[in-house]
Amino acid sequence: MKKEGEIRILAGCAVAGIISKSGGKINGGEIVKILSVMRDRSNGLGGGFAGYGIYPEYKDYYALHVFYDSRDAKYVFEKLLEESFDIINLSKIPTKKIPEITNEPLIWRYFVYPLPTRLADSQSDEREFVARFVLKTNSEVAGAQIFSSGKNMGVFKAVGYPEDVGRFYLLDEYEGYCFTGHGRYPTNSPGWWGGAHPFALLDYTTVHNGEISSYDTNRQSMEMQGYKCTLKTDTEVITYMVDYLNRKVGLDMSEIAGIFAAPFWKTIEAMPKDRRKVATYLRQTFPSELITGPFSIIVGFTGGVMALNDRLKLRSMIVAEKGDRVYISSEEAAVRMVEPALDSVYSPMGGEAVVIRVNNADAL
Amino acid sequence: MPVNFIYPSFEIVRNDTRCTVCGVCVAQCSNGVHRFNDSRSRILSDESQCVNCHRCVATCPERALKIVRSDDCFRDNFNWSQKTIKELYLQAGSGGVLLSSMGNPEEYPTYFDRILLNASQVTNPSIDPLREPMETRVFLGGKPDKIERNPNGSLIINTPVYLPLKIPVMFSAMSYGSISYNAHEALAKASKELGIYYNTGEGGLYKDFYEYGKNTIVQVASGRFGVQTEYFSNAAAIEIKIGQGAKPGIGGHLPGEKVKAAISETRMIPEGTDAISPAPHHDIYSIEDLRQLVFSIKEAVDYKKPVIVKVAAVHNVAAIASGIARSGADIIAIDGYRGGTGAAPTRIRDNVGIPIEPALSSVDMRLREEGIRNRVSLVVAGSVRNSADLVKAIALGADAVYIGTAALLAMGCHLCRSCHSGKCNWGIATQNDKLVSRLHAETAKERLVNLITAWKRELQEMMGGMGINSVEALKGNRLMLRGIGMTEKELEILGIMHAGE
Repeated sequence: MKKEGEIRILAGCAVAGIISKSGGKINGGEIVKILSVMRDRSNGLGGGFAGYGIYPEYKDYYALHVFYDSRDAKYVFEKLLEESFDIINLSKIPTKKIPEITNEPLIWRYFVYPLPTRLADSQSDEREFVARFVLKTNSEVAGAQIFSSGKNMGVFKAVGYPEDVGRFYLLDEYEGYCFTGHGRYPTNSPGWWGGAHPFALLDYTTVHNGEISSYDTNRQSMEMQGYKCTLKTDTEVITYMVDYLNRKVGLDMSEIAGIFAAPFWKTIEAMPKDRRKVATYLRQTFPSELITGPFSIIVGFTGGVMALNDRLKLRSMIVAEKGDRVYISSEEAAVRMVEPALDSVYSPMGGEAVVIRVNNADAL
Repeated sequence: MPVNFIYPSFEIVRNDTRCTVCGVCVAQCSNGVHRFNDSRSRILSDESQCVNCHRCVATCPERALKIVRSDDCFRDNFNWSQKTIKELYLQAGSGGVLLSSMGNPEEYPTYFDRILLNASQVTNPSIDPLREPMETRVFLGGKPDKIERNPNGSLIINTPVYLPLKIPVMFSAMSYGSISYNAHEALAKASKELGIYYNTGEGGLYKDFYEYGKNTIVQVASGRFGVQTEYFSNAAAIEIKIGQGAKPGIGGHLPGEKVKAAISETRMIPEGTDAISPAPHHDIYSIEDLRQLVFSIKEAVDYKKPVIVKVAAVHNVAAIASGIARSGADIIAIDGYRGGTGAAPTRIRDNVGIPIEPALSSVDMRLREEGIRNRVSLVVAGSVRNSADLVKAIALGADAVYIGTAALLAMGCHLCRSCHSGKCNWGIATQNDKLVSRLHAETAKERLVNLITAWKRELQEMMGGMGINSVEALKGNRLMLRGIGMTEKELEILGIMHAGE
């Protein structure tokens, strides 16, 4: 039987997110609680979380979270890491042994910064330098996977139900201004740590529920841009598309949503002239980044989240508010569990992007 | 000399109990197969002239006629087929090059027929095109290198020139001359109604058709026939024809008898002279020369119209396409060895070039590997026979397809492969006024519109089944394809997995 990464695994799922618009502290335990309500949407073969603002003491350094299959892989990886980065701090990621989570790989965390001479040699900016290192490691270093690589943020994922994954990683000991979470329901897969969500590159993370029918078109487009789709999952390619369109092309999250879930031509034709021109331009310029098939995604980035459904809204997703907090979830009931008295609950239309930003995000 | 006698390929079976000797078959056959006997009491047939175009069969009011394959044969020989022997006798008798029409009919693999499509089950819903939008619109042309913004942050619309298509199908190049006025009119009108394009071939653009300019692609080929100011101003795009799938490496030859007044005017050559297109463009001996022609044309149209470069699918087509993509072309058209023609040397047609499926796939993959796939659109031809071929071509990386033979069939062509005779009984590949009048342009247009509309519906059904609701997401989506009965090498070239994988 082929392992995940060698073949494409289809999956259904639960997604959720919480963000404080004022940049206030949220405890990591809350997102775990939301996901625990949606246990039926997972099958124990993958759960995970992304937290933003969780490493304030190291906020100027890239936090690399790495899975190793073996000590040899760790040895090889650390050699490579030392060649390109100043390592400010390294440690095992704290975990708690629980019977629900087994067969864990070695899980390490490094706070690093590119060596100035290496960075200058690469003729690229800092983020590009880090992204290239991550992509190269993940496709070329056997047994090592960098599953989180942004500043002041981190991904925690495992094979198991999300609430167990949350306990395993002691998520209630982290605080940040934004968390996203995921419970996975993969088909025909033995479950694999690297295949759990969120999928991350730099500070971009994606949790995703659905199966996209445009996968291979999206994949080939991203591979042409130099990305390597080693996991063969929807989430991976979506994350790369976000990175490509936002960081490299220079489009904002609303524009990206207009490409991923482009309005139907019929809708575009009915728009006022200025909007029509832009919508047509985005669709015409980035046709291979259109995503078809059912999906609900929550994309996290420094200072905000973007939630999006496919154009036909073939997956459920609600957005709720309470005070300065915004909740996004596959199911309303899950949000009610942590916040029974919501100010508002809203179900975005298919293709309608919900972009929430932290006020004064620059200060983060 | 008796050795030159070749028994006719077909036998005409006339049911005498049905035949009323009405003479329709006599009047309809331009090849002179049917004739009355001296007393006009019976109709006789000279099968040696029959090309099996089915005109008499289709027009006989009593259904008294049918045409069957002759069972006369030489002694069986696996190595020396009946066809090989007959062709040898013909050449020994004439000393000439054998001529044929339409696409390569030989028994080579048709890869489209060895590819199967996917459909959604459980994890992903299929989409019903009767209930939900199912988009088939595409744009042909390159993409901007980068986005640009105004000082206020709004996006600058910097899209290079392009062709919008409501359906990713166009009518491929067939010149006025190789096909009739009425056939051209039908193609032009159908394109306008469908929101697609037809292609003039290298025969120039007759002035009556200027009104369809927005749906016209004009061709600049090695003969440069009809290339003049209004040719460009009445076109939506300009295609440089380097080669053709039916006869890669070979030029064209329209015999003088077809060059009547209107055609002479359109092609800008004297009436009755042969119109000869040289094998190469004599100003293109290398890729840098192509770049000069591309930009000469762009200058001429003030960079307002896309330029297409059409090549035949040959062995190193991927490298050639890469060169073309870097030469400034907006669209590359690739014509496979099954592509049709009005006349080609038989040996060339049947032995030169490669199938479109591997050509397309290798070009698409090569341009991606080089990171230049977004600079150009890919249009493929030769041959796309139905909507399933269309879907498979798109999933192998095509932006759109050209159809020639399928369009001719829609208008009434019966694929008798005798276009080079100029005696087309269906009024398509002829310049004989009497024969041309048999093709009613309006009816032919309707049939073309019907065909493309039917294909569009089928395309939508197949996309919906895969859970795809826009054709952009089908493009290059090889995961939707599986091969059946192919070798690993074939699968590798097509970039697809085998059924069951």
